[in-house]
Amino acid sequence: MAGIIKRKKALSVNPLKSSQTVGASLAFLGLHRAIPMMHGSQGCTAFGKVFFVRHFREPIPLQTTAMDQVSSVMGADDNIVEGLKTICEKSKPALIGLPTTGLAETQGADIRGATKTFRDKYPEYEHIKVIPVNTPDFSGCFETGYAAAVFETINILVPDAKDAGTKPGKRMRQVNILVSSALTPGDLEVLKDIVEAFGLRPVMIPDLSDSLDGHLTDDDFSPVTIGGTPITEFETLGDAIASLVIGPSMKKSGDLLNEKTGVTQYYFDHLMGLEAVDKLVMVLVDISGQEVPAKLERHRAQLQDAMLDTHFMIGQAKVGIAGDPDLLFAFSEFMLSMGAEIVAAVSPTNASIFKLSQIKEIKIGDLEDLELMAKASAAEILIGNSHLAESANRIGIPLMRVGFPQFDLLGGYQRSWIGYQASRQAVFDFANILMANNHHHEVKPYRSFLAQKPEYLIEGDEDGTAKTHAHSR
Amino acid sequence: MKAKDIAELLDEPACEHNKKSKSGCAKPKPGSTAGGCAFDGAQIALLPIADVAHIVHGPIACAGSSWDNRGTRSSGSTLYRIGMTTDLTEQDVVMGRGEKRLFHSIKQAIDDYNPAAVFVYNTCIPALVGDDVDAVCKAAEEKWGVRVVPVDAAGFYGTKNLGNRIAGEAMVKYVVGTRDADPLPEKAKALGFKIHDVNLAGEYNIAGEFWHVLPLLDELGIRVLCTLSGDARFREVQSMHKAEVNMMVCSKALINVARKLQEQYQIPWFEGSWYGITDTTHALREFSRIINDPDLTIRTEALITREEARLDEALIPWRKRLKGKRVLLYTGGVKSWSVISALQDLGMVVVATGTNKSTEEDKARIRELMGEETKMIEDGSPKALLGIVSEYKADILIAGGRNMYTALKAKVPFLDINQEREFGYAGYQGMLELVRQLALTIESPVWQAVRKPAPWRANKKDPVSESAAVGI
Repeated sequence: MAGIIKRKKALSVNPLKSSQTVGASLAFLGLHRAIPMMHGSQGCTAFGKVFFVRHFREPIPLQTTAMDQVSSVMGADDNIVEGLKTICEKSKPALIGLPTTGLAETQGADIRGATKTFRDKYPEYEHIKVIPVNTPDFSGCFETGYAAAVFETINILVPDAKDAGTKPGKRMRQVNILVSSALTPGDLEVLKDIVEAFGLRPVMIPDLSDSLDGHLTDDDFSPVTIGGTPITEFETLGDAIASLVIGPSMKKSGDLLNEKTGVTQYYFDHLMGLEAVDKLVMVLVDISGQEVPAKLERHRAQLQDAMLDTHFMIGQAKVGIAGDPDLLFAFSEFMLSMGAEIVAAVSPTNASIFKLSQIKEIKIGDLEDLELMAKASAAEILIGNSHLAESANRIGIPLMRVGFPQFDLLGGYQRSWIGYQASRQAVFDFANILMANNHHHEVKPYRSFLAQKPEYLIEGDEDGTAKTHAHSR
Repeated sequence: MKAKDIAELLDEPACEHNKKSKSGCAKPKPGSTAGGCAFDGAQIALLPIADVAHIVHGPIACAGSSWDNRGTRSSGSTLYRIGMTTDLTEQDVVMGRGEKRLFHSIKQAIDDYNPAAVFVYNTCIPALVGDDVDAVCKAAEEKWGVRVVPVDAAGFYGTKNLGNRIAGEAMVKYVVGTRDADPLPEKAKALGFKIHDVNLAGEYNIAGEFWHVLPLLDELGIRVLCTLSGDARFREVQSMHKAEVNMMVCSKALINVARKLQEQYQIPWFEGSWYGITDTTHALREFSRIINDPDLTIRTEALITREEARLDEALIPWRKRLKGKRVLLYTGGVKSWSVISALQDLGMVVVATGTNKSTEEDKARIRELMGEETKMIEDGSPKALLGIVSEYKADILIAGGRNMYTALKAKVPFLDINQEREFGYAGYQGMLELVRQLALTIESPVWQAVRKPAPWRANKKDPVSESAAVGI
């Protein structure tokens, strides 16, 4: 169980945290023909848009209720009604996500009331789903906002079994999979492949691997998401044979789905490294009644081999890591399973999963905290988002980019980390980076004063190797 | 900020369109609005001041998605790249502890980072709950002995443009005129000609592009007291009142600064740009015209002749490659006219340009450059832009990074012209980078590859893939 060090500083320096509103928007971006509309000032959306555009290098559908000075004071519920109507009219989406900002919450917005007003006033848009969710940026973080949006989506879109007549197992091959924001679109592709290898049909919720995986389509432009979980799919979740719930932040949503549908759920903290993937495979054997496919056996054996090859470099490596709770937990467990040490860990918020963490201490804080802790404990590698590049530079150690945002790395969003194969690639990459930067354990050259080596003899040059060479020639 | 103050900022006597009976910007439409807020604009305008601690007072969203997010470069201090925010929690908001947290935050920033000054950006929530940011800044300044400047820029006050004005206003009100300019360095005195002091407002040194221009000004003996705000330092802003002339770069973003410096310190100003040969030459001539030193004029003309000849030579191969290429320029309007002249210098054809943020004067200038029948784009939605690209057979879309992936998804060549870009296009030298980037994308072999349907689909009668293949 990790000890939690709370925030003591007044000022947050080099923030690690991103807002709940932005996180919630990401969840909605994983639904098909959807568009999030943030309830707040137009800047909230503009910043969120740039945040995602720089990470995914994709156009991002995102709108705003554009609260101005009058509506911020007098009430902005009308903005919601008008905004919903405008989007329905112009973009014909299947779903509009309506996450709130701190501004709207402070002002006292009634998003559900406004949604109802919209329904009453514009019945012609009845078929378009609206998911209001409270995600003020003065609490939680990216991950909790994302989780709240998934929770509300299930709450609104998945009918109770007794009303809809759904029956667990009616679709014998369907497996519902709730995925946390710690998983990349690349991860989701891997997960689908593994599940499909057992002859099962995965339904990802949400499915960023279908919307933000970075692919070209025949259409030049779409004002809404071009992929993702189809909205109609939510009505089928109750007929699935099982639900997989990946990531601690998804647990509440998993419980809700189970409560509504009765479908058995299997929960996983993460899917990185041998043990975690083994657990997934055992569950899939159970659900499908099939043997483990030969290909997976092979991948597993390959991962084991790689773990042996790389443990020399990763073992005892001092790691500093910063990320939202699910991500922090997954990567730290993975590194620990390879024999690394976590010497510095920072999360923007506390989470109950930290009770299970083997890290000694987790600081609730920012990237300045991580930099100071990593420096003090002589960390050899950092794991975190692109903002950490500067810190890593200052300390003089490498950075493995994970999480949000990754704006200085192409393709970070499609990199996969989970499953046997991606875990194998991950241990290779960590080992390579550590090997290339392994200055800590190198033996420093010793120069005997009795030696006959010519370059030692140059006067007044105590350390010089290269310089001495130049002189002596 | 009171409604009256906002109205005052929107009322800009130096603007052409101010004379019209209806002034100010239209109310943003919920569900159909793009672009940043007043906080965004204020932060963009001031963040490049490199040795200042920039504290964003609010919950995480304002700083969390925006810190260290700009292409501006510093030649020294990198303090501006450290993200600082009070990261207000629910407790702070509900219990009214924001002011206290801000006060301690200022102290922490001063203790840990030893800034030349602290700027505090007020955002929506503290503005709504009524934190007295001005008073906190004043108290902190008195207590810790470091200048603390409030920038009251809540997002809901209005657009990015208003935020620029708020930022400029804060500088004029709190910073300019609080320090005299440094005496000239000994080396400058030995040059044998008079050194003249100037400012640039609205120059942000994106990707370090102002460093293409600064050596020329040095050569002419024009000392830049301050660029507001690219690669600026706090002490430089303090001395802005000592300039002989101000250059307003980047259209109207900080026009209130130029006007106020004229009103308060009688500093004349002109509007110019460093994009393109024509405009760079024009700006250099404006400096010497207003400074009115015959010796400077002679040396300026000599420099212009030399640089233009050098560029003409260097651009020969590029002109051949780019001549006649058709450009759709969508910058949101602010920098339209300055970029148009740069493109025309290359023999490119600007078929349409965005004007939704342009002032009346900007538009008049665009008409002057491009002729009356120019397509002015008011609707900058991705769909509308792509429609115009295809209608006007544009070879390339030049726009802000926000639109980059819209263009790429539609398989249209693209050049990023806004603040996040990574290449500097200013000055004579910057033209060479601009042409390289233009040719790089327009001539790239990838366009053919991505427009071609998969071979197994090419022979089938598939209307969708066919239209995509010939589309643009």
